[in-house]
Amino acid sequence: MATSNYQPKNRFLRAFNEQLPILSLIHDSLGPGYRAPKNLNYWWNFGSLAGFCLIVQIVTGIVLVMHYTPHADLAFDSVEHIMRDVNYGWLLRYIHANGASMFFIVVYIHIFRGLFYGSYRSPRETLWFLGVIIYLLMMATGFMGYVLPWGQMSFWGATVITNLFSAVPLVGDEIVTFLWGGYSVDNPTLQRFFSLHYLLPFVILGMVILHIWALHIPGSNNPLGIDVQGPQDQVPFHPYYTAKDAFGLGLFLIFFAVFVFYFPNFLGHPDNYIEANPMVTPAHIVPEWYYLPFYAILRAIPDKLGGVVAMFAAILILFAMPWLDGSKARSSRFRPIYRTFLWLFVANAILLGYVGANSPDDFLHLGGVDISFLTLGRIATAYYFLFFLVIVPVVSRWEEPLPLPKSINEEVLKKAAKAAPAE
Amino acid sequence: MATTEQGTSEGTDVTRRDFLYVASGAFAAVGAAAAAWPLIDQMNPSADVLALSSIEVDLSAIDVGQSVTVLWRGKPVFVRHRTPKEIEEARAVDLASLPDPQADEDRVQKPEWLIMVGVCTHLGCVPIGERGDYDGWFCPCHGSHYDTSGRIRKGPAPKNLEVPEYVFLNDTTVKIG
Repeated sequence: MATSNYQPKNRFLRAFNEQLPILSLIHDSLGPGYRAPKNLNYWWNFGSLAGFCLIVQIVTGIVLVMHYTPHADLAFDSVEHIMRDVNYGWLLRYIHANGASMFFIVVYIHIFRGLFYGSYRSPRETLWFLGVIIYLLMMATGFMGYVLPWGQMSFWGATVITNLFSAVPLVGDEIVTFLWGGYSVDNPTLQRFFSLHYLLPFVILGMVILHIWALHIPGSNNPLGIDVQGPQDQVPFHPYYTAKDAFGLGLFLIFFAVFVFYFPNFLGHPDNYIEANPMVTPAHIVPEWYYLPFYAILRAIPDKLGGVVAMFAAILILFAMPWLDGSKARSSRFRPIYRTFLWLFVANAILLGYVGANSPDDFLHLGGVDISFLTLGRIATAYYFLFFLVIVPVVSRWEEPLPLPKSINEEVLKKAAKAAPAE
Repeated sequence: MATTEQGTSEGTDVTRRDFLYVASGAFAAVGAAAAAWPLIDQMNPSADVLALSSIEVDLSAIDVGQSVTVLWRGKPVFVRHRTPKEIEEARAVDLASLPDPQADEDRVQKPEWLIMVGVCTHLGCVPIGERGDYDGWFCPCHGSHYDTSGRIRKGPAPKNLEVPEYVFLNDTTVKIG
């Protein structure tokens, strides 16, 4: 961040800011002191929305803990106590449970924005890596949070996911016993998950602060993917993008509220309203929707260790994006061929999610043809890795991008002239 | 010059001070590791969990062809009183065709009593009895089929269902663990 020339008008605030320049920091990162490209579109709203979601989860989470009991014998009942007895407990819990889904929706769109406009490219690699780390932390936090109500899906989801580590050669079983604190998922497991579920959001918050810091060094990318050349290409973050973000937040809150008030259990699984029972496995163990594509990849590989490796590789491969993409242009707007493959990748990821929600032994009836979900999952998994390992490196280097505009300002003025023809 | 000489000697020779740096650094690292160990080892099973390690099961109430599930170390254990047909099926298999070859004789102490941990070796679900393509167990989570000896036959699980340690205390009582 550039040295601030911010001077509060109030004499006392000025003196305070000289001793602790936190007001300058806010002014320069979220206020008029941060200048952003003036052509940011609505895809750029999802960063601040993700930050909003994190705050909602932390605030509702802290108050839920005032009523929740992290013990295998009491957890399930304490959640019902929250739902039935605690004032507005139902609302707080539904906001927290649906808030997790909202957070993932927002973050998936945010990641897609980065992929589409090449926001991971130099000079923003560190920014991208921090983002992937946040995503990994979110997955761990979301998983452990889902265990806390101690329902059937909580218990069996925890069993399946922790058992993934038993695929580690030689010490797999010892690792799993270590994670459980016993010979099965039980009270010690629940208590440590609770502890970590409370801790990790604050780790995420710290990573978010680093993420924003790393954003403000090179500044925001933009839909054209070209560099900012001077002040004519930018507008101050406040009031322009604070207003735009606030408008987007309004729309997002409507979407959020529809789930919380009208379909609060739509994204959950009914079996989680049955208390955990180590003797009975539910007919289908399905993870939360945001893990489904990776669950499909896990099941697509016929080897236990191979499946686990592929599943983790599917996420970790995001770290390699800055090197896989060798295009001369950042933004997919100027890369029609690559763009087609990227949209296919999105469709494929949704397909993987659909496959993950179904049993591999079942069949999809397409017209007169029956395809097993296992086959479908394998095809989709193949495209997933093909995209990262072949399509991105080859197409990005081979496809000649369309001519790039000279500057952001020129392009914005051209667009404005087109929208409002000479009076 | 004196300063140059001093600089050279510090740069190339091992001094008493270098040794002190390395020694104190190494000592601190060992200390830090020792301090970290309790923080790590607290995650492992505690004494009370370890203490609950064996149970006794009364077999007299289990008829031929019947199976009971008991809880041992937080996990289900299947105790199955096998029929002669099931025993025969389990013993007629060509071992070379199995993903995890093991003779039925090595999995039981008395042929009619099959005792094993009811946890799928894939990802830890509880398989359902008398289902699947081999009349044994079927895991609903990811579709592993086990035979009448609890051996994996088809599906993603890599190993046969685990046989726990057990002893027959008398004809009608078995102690697991």
